[in-house]
Amino acid sequence: MIPSLSPRWAPYVFISPFLLLFAVFGVFPLCFSLYLAFQSWEPTSGLGAMQFVGLENFSFALGDAWFWKSLKNTGVLALASGVPQHLAAIPLAVFIHTHVRWLRDGVVGAYFLPYITSTVAIAIMFSSLFSTDYGLVNVALSALLGGSHIDWLGEPLGIKAAIALIVFWRYLGFNMVLYLAALQTIPKDLYEAASIDGASGWQQFWHITLPSIRPMVYFGVTLSVVGGLQLFEEPFILTGGRGGVDQAGMTAAVYLYRMAFDFNDFGGASAMAWLLFLVVVGLTWLTNRAFRPRGGGAA
Amino acid sequence: MGVGGRGGRGAAVQGRQSALTRRRLLGAAGLLGAGLVAPRLAGAAPRQVLTVAAFPLIDKIVEAALPHWQRLHPDVDIQVISRQYQDHHTAMTTALSTSVLLPDVMALEVSYVGRFAQGGGLEDLARPPYDVARLRPRFVPYAYDQAVARSGAVVAVPADIGPGTMLYRADILARAGVGEADLTRTWESYIAAGQRIRAATGAYLIAHVGQIKDIALRDGIRPGDGLYFDADSNVLVTQPRFVRAFELAREVRRQKLDAKVAAWSNEWAEGFKRGTLATELSGAWLVGQLGTWIAPATSGLWRAAQFPQGAFAGYGGAFYAMPRRADPARKALAWDFIQLMTLNRTLQFAAFKAQDAFPALLETHDDPFFEQPLPFLGGQKARLLWRDAARHIVATRVHKQNGFADEVVGTELDNVLNRDKPIPQALADAQALLERRARR
Repeated sequence: MIPSLSPRWAPYVFISPFLLLFAVFGVFPLCFSLYLAFQSWEPTSGLGAMQFVGLENFSFALGDAWFWKSLKNTGVLALASGVPQHLAAIPLAVFIHTHVRWLRDGVVGAYFLPYITSTVAIAIMFSSLFSTDYGLVNVALSALLGGSHIDWLGEPLGIKAAIALIVFWRYLGFNMVLYLAALQTIPKDLYEAASIDGASGWQQFWHITLPSIRPMVYFGVTLSVVGGLQLFEEPFILTGGRGGVDQAGMTAAVYLYRMAFDFNDFGGASAMAWLLFLVVVGLTWLTNRAFRPRGGGAA
Repeated sequence: MGVGGRGGRGAAVQGRQSALTRRRLLGAAGLLGAGLVAPRLAGAAPRQVLTVAAFPLIDKIVEAALPHWQRLHPDVDIQVISRQYQDHHTAMTTALSTSVLLPDVMALEVSYVGRFAQGGGLEDLARPPYDVARLRPRFVPYAYDQAVARSGAVVAVPADIGPGTMLYRADILARAGVGEADLTRTWESYIAAGQRIRAATGAYLIAHVGQIKDIALRDGIRPGDGLYFDADSNVLVTQPRFVRAFELAREVRRQKLDAKVAAWSNEWAEGFKRGTLATELSGAWLVGQLGTWIAPATSGLWRAAQFPQGAFAGYGGAFYAMPRRADPARKALAWDFIQLMTLNRTLQFAAFKAQDAFPALLETHDDPFFEQPLPFLGGQKARLLWRDAARHIVATRVHKQNGFADEVVGTELDNVLNRDKPIPQALADAQALLERRARR
């Protein structure tokens, strides 16, 4: 006899695969890293080799010049890739919403494609494009503007520019789709009324479109803040996992990974991960303050 | 409602069906069990499986040795668990830290031997019943010494080594009127030769000045010291050997003699293919890589020499180790396997011929194979040169922060080269950064 499933327990049974996976791959690593942040541990000696060191890992991280350098890199890259994403995605979404009728889904799909493409493939493709002597970017720049080749991946500024460009290219379509969805919810009557009142296209954009999509801007910017501060794959692969010249491409996430797996300091890496978490929480709160509805909840 | 009611009826029907099925299954299992038990009763021993975790090329070497192993241990199978280089070492770190899924034998690259030796996760092979110290005279000395931990424990046995060598393009040198002796006499003569090569042929002396720094800073290491730290974790990066290495690198960059390309990049490989790089300081194994996929069309144009100014250095090498918490029942077998892979002359040669794995076993070094000319090097008997280099290399103490120190010193060299940072200031900054970590 196979026992029957009572209605009381069925929901728990059905949801248990997710909960189990989340517990193993979500909750446990979180708790373990919090525990590790207070330990000194030579990992190859086994779990028994941990020693409680109190807040030492945190004080080490806060005094570590490379941690601050990686946070600064993260901030610069998040701004350089995140702000243009939204500044370009909003007008692009408005243009597609108002002007593109034929093959609209194809155009949207083309912009969205980089988002679902493998990061490894993207980074390999871009490292070929940015190759100093044989890359298409330098060949095109030389043909158009002349001058010597730029050492994109061999100069600190070049590395940052290359990473920011990849991240911008990758997430532009994703943000554009968000804004396109928001634009479709704005009632056409508003624009008709504004037109009758003599409002120009710019005035309609500024006074109707932007306020209407404000909740989506908040959502998109929050995702960019969280994603930008956790930026890992693109700089990791583009710089061969080392952060590049002068660690110019070493984001905080790359650095704490290297702390653990390259420099064998799991305690220090865990402390840095939790400090980064606090930064993410702080900036997300500031984003909320900047975009939350004001004046009695009007959007 | 729904789920319980419908499920109850369905379950009853299914229960009858499954009872029949179960009966059949039990019957089948009984037959199968009888089949399995019968040979045991007849005296056949169960087969044991020894797991060996390895990374590319070592996995091939192990697989090639399996017929040999089977002749010695017909009742023991070898299961080779192969992962990519980085994945393998990350997996071994995880296995040692959690004592879960530990292999019986793990292959390790030399930089990880030094790192893992800091902890207590690997079996000390200096202790009985292994007594690996009695085998020391049979190995290239520096290779054996690389596996000796600070505590005196020997955590691994060397299988192959990577003696460092300077490869140079004989055709480019001939066009510039430069001889091999000009390259090797001193670092100054090497740089002067590079100027003549650049002026006469347009080729760069070397891909990146970092290669020169890596060799030059080894000149003058005091006995017992490491590359960056001494035995008491004092930081050594302001020593004169670092100043000298940085000055040499800066001079080469100022003369525009390096192509400013990193090893294994697209430009680096293209430089070899197009003949724009005149020399390369690397491991002897690079000859095999150049000849098979990087620049096979340049076969016959290259030659090998020792490093400038009589310097010697090792570039990589593979070892076999046993986890301390591996299954004790198979440790004797694991030790047999390690001895087979490291002490068997035939297998060491097979790996040398098939995978360019230069043997760490000294008794292979007197074989006529070493005197065979290498077509890629224009018929040069370069293995004799590398054999000589292997005997001159001295193992340096590995500190747990060596990886980080590598990064810091490399970064400060970049600052000197790209931002005109004064060398004393760069080394002082590196010293300060490393002192914070030295005793972590």
